[in-house]
Amino acid sequence: MDEARIPRRGLSPRLWLAGGWLLLALLAAIFAPMVAPQDPLAQDLMLERLPPFWLDGAEPGYWLGTDSLGRDLLSRLIFGGRIAFIVAFAAATSACLIGSALGLIAGYFGGWADRIISRVVDVWMAFPPVLFAILLVAVLGTGLSSVILAIAIIDWTRFCRVIRAEAMSQARMDYVESARIAGYGRIGIMLREVLPNVLPSVVALLSLEMGIAVIVEAILSFVNLSISTDDPTWGSIIAEGRLSIHQAWWVLVFPLITLILTVLSFSQFGEALKAHFDPVLR
Amino acid sequence: MKPCLDIRRLSAVLPNGQRVLRSVSLSVQPGEVRALVGESGAGKTMIGKAVLGVLPKSVRIVEGEMLIEGDDLGRLDAKARRTLIGARTALIPQDPLTALNPSRRIGAQMTDRLVRILGWSGERADKRIRQLLDEVQIRDPERVLKSYPHELSGGMRQRVLIAAAFAAEPRLIVADEPTTALDVTVQKQILRLIAQLQRDHGTAILFVTHDLGVVAKISQKVSVLYAGKMVEEAETAQLFAAPQHPYTQALIAATPRYTDPYTSLKPVDESVLAGLKAEIAAADKDWRPGHG
Ligand SMILES: Nc1ncnc2c1ncn2[C@@H]1O[C@H](COP(=O)(O)OP(=O)(O)OP(=O)(O)O)[C@@H](O)[C@H]1O
Ligand SMILES: [Mg+2]
Repeated sequence: MDEARIPRRGLSPRLWLAGGWLLLALLAAIFAPMVAPQDPLAQDLMLERLPPFWLDGAEPGYWLGTDSLGRDLLSRLIFGGRIAFIVAFAAATSACLIGSALGLIAGYFGGWADRIISRVVDVWMAFPPVLFAILLVAVLGTGLSSVILAIAIIDWTRFCRVIRAEAMSQARMDYVESARIAGYGRIGIMLREVLPNVLPSVVALLSLEMGIAVIVEAILSFVNLSISTDDPTWGSIIAEGRLSIHQAWWVLVFPLITLILTVLSFSQFGEALKAHFDPVLR
Repeated sequence: MKPCLDIRRLSAVLPNGQRVLRSVSLSVQPGEVRALVGESGAGKTMIGKAVLGVLPKSVRIVEGEMLIEGDDLGRLDAKARRTLIGARTALIPQDPLTALNPSRRIGAQMTDRLVRILGWSGERADKRIRQLLDEVQIRDPERVLKSYPHELSGGMRQRVLIAAAFAAEPRLIVADEPTTALDVTVQKQILRLIAQLQRDHGTAILFVTHDLGVVAKISQKVSVLYAGKMVEEAETAQLFAAPQHPYTQALIAATPRYTDPYTSLKPVDESVLAGLKAEIAAADKDWRPGHG
């Protein structure tokens, strides 16, 4: 018993499932021009509102059917994934870097640094996020970079709050005191001792935030505030699908499923990663 | 010879003005084990933390000096003080689980200090760590060095911390109830290890405990603390043979003996405590920082 070692758990099924879907969607998005069966922008009125492949009247090559302009739905979803992933990675990473850094400083140093940062977070969180996003995009102008910027500006507080609390509880641990006694500097302790212990949470939040960014982008393009070009996005496809729900349900249902699967996968993937990397949970 | 640690009339207060240390004086000679006993809340940990420069922010030192090998900590600037404490002292903590970083491997944590603080080469630090692990009778250093703290038992973790404390050859080690968090069966082994390494390395130890049985086994000198006040100090044998202060006498009487564990177990006498409290209250009334 004295020498017993807790066995390491393997990768969990949910990590595989969530990771698998994300990888598939990501690869499809990256190689969209190669894997998309059709041109996502090509309209063909002869092919409008084709149903998905298992229904009567489906055409080969149009697996998930077409929209009311005869554009191939699968190809549009694949190309829409590009914008979804760009926004997810860029926005979530920016929010993560800003929020985690401030949270770490506030939680570890405490004192006035904590008071200032916590006050800013409180004020920030008083705004309803979606309204805040719409407002920001209205000010910044539509376009990919303003969407990314808006999400980062709004959501860094999620990281800040959680990481602050964790850094604070870590800072009270004896190993931090031992490091002080040994003569490490404050910043060194924060980065080398405390940061590794909050990293699993950072990773989990980062993945969750990517899912949130995908939704926010979808909402913004749904209300026509996102990318002002003709490029398909999941949100804009959903917006179009909503108008033709009675004639072509698939134009609404498939992008919704894609969106939900992706968002869920991001959050599950994050949780599973956290469990995998946390030395104590592992 | 200069004492390894010399604490002179050290007083510390909480923000509400309450004193946690009351003009404590205490010295540890080189190579000596000095036990610091007292009940819970007496301020034993505070003294250790004061020496190591990690008092809680709410506790403020209002008078007194602390000298490590003759160097007055109060005269050094913060950076020099940190360096001196880091180079000459080490801590063997009470709870070996929280004293190790949960997300770093044992080996990295142990060598880090030698490399980063003392500027040793990685190779030299590694060799040194293995030597110390051998001294604390860890038979499979390979596995232990690669482990995370939670993968080891409490006894193993405490061995690791003992090895780490001695690795940098500090002059003074503060051991704060190093066996309290452990199984009774492991406590003895750990105590024996500390005593063994202390002898081999000739390190001075300030050994904090509330267990007079431990005091008898490990220390040459004892200081008895009550409510932040030094009640009595003596050679260990002397203290047990002829305790001078009524509180010490009561404390010894309250300690169970192995021969007769039940009949000799009685609480410290109320009248003794009442006398002590009155004494402290009277002293507090007249006390001003710097004139106490
Ligand atoms: N962080 C803190 N801030 C303010 N007061 C504290 C703090 N920690 C402890 N104290 C108070 O300081 C006094 C001395 O505490 P200390 O921890 O030194 O006692 P101790 O002798 O080590 O007791 P134990 O045997 O329980 O460890 C106690 O009255 C305690 O309530
Ligand atoms: Mg204590």
